[in-house]
Amino acid sequence: MSDSIATSITLNGDPYPLDGDTALTALLERLNMRRSRVAVELNHEIVPRARYEETMIRAGDHVEIINFVGGG
Amino acid sequence: MQDTPFELGGLKFQSRLIVGTGKYRDFAETKAAVEASGAEIVTVAVRRVNITDRGKENLLDYLDPKRYQILPNTAGCFTADEAVRTCRLAREVGVGELVKLEVIGDKRTLFPDVVATIEAARVLVKEGFKVMPYATDDPVTCLRLQEIGCVAVMPLAAPIGSGLGIRNPFNLAIILEQAKVPVIVDAGVGTASDAAEAMELGCDGVLMNTAIAGAKDPLAMALAMKLAVEAGRLAYRAGRIERKLYATASSPLTGLIG
Repeated sequence: MSDSIATSITLNGDPYPLDGDTALTALLERLNMRRSRVAVELNHEIVPRARYEETMIRAGDHVEIINFVGGG
Repeated sequence: MQDTPFELGGLKFQSRLIVGTGKYRDFAETKAAVEASGAEIVTVAVRRVNITDRGKENLLDYLDPKRYQILPNTAGCFTADEAVRTCRLAREVGVGELVKLEVIGDKRTLFPDVVATIEAARVLVKEGFKVMPYATDDPVTCLRLQEIGCVAVMPLAAPIGSGLGIRNPFNLAIILEQAKVPVIVDAGVGTASDAAEAMELGCDGVLMNTAIAGAKDPLAMALAMKLAVEAGRLAYRAGRIERKLYATASSPLTGLIG
């Protein structure tokens, strides 16, 4: 079993496996998320939607993906 | 005579009822209740996406951002930093600049932390957000929020979800007197008469969630609230009679049968 810590990120607070550097768009696709419904924070900085393609997620990164849910 | 438009941060609306989307059975019920209410502005919470739930439907699949003004709120935030971060993230989803600022000071009452709310509002206004702050029904707090540049002030009627209605109409009257931005009663509304009372006092709008979602028949209550807000607004514009201690007869005192 390979060292999962070296090839994983923290996604919404939990470890998530990553096979090498991944473009944010590819990650969203893998998670079956539509970009029109989410916003993304990478290492505590918001990623503008226009930069999703060129933004690379690497091992050890902290990613937060949020969306809108019911609330008052 | 035509009513003045309900304007928030340069955006014009017909409906003066703003509704939340929490506490419903499912998205379908949420959508039906929002439609029945006639609301054009719906508030939503900002939360982490559920990673394990693939192919999940999203709230915006049921509430089209082209049809509704989606108003992200900062519910769940207890500090100014959390609230500011939440608003910045919410803005990236791309539904506009309007945000409901909510910084809670106490878990039991869910009353706003006034100091943190003012702090967050200052930062957010500077960053170009159109801030609608959930506030206490304290005239000084509302004055400060107005001075900072919030596009509205939103004093509570009573604690969130309490259904107690307007606890302090006298404070509300003072807030309305000094207001240079729309005053929207937010939180604590229980039934239709509470919403009508807010509008009769002269409020520009009412925001509610539990009163509709928690009713035995949410769709019926949504319609009741729509009518109550309209009736209250019309009564306010119609100019009510004064309150008097003694009677003034409605029928003539002359020509009585002798």
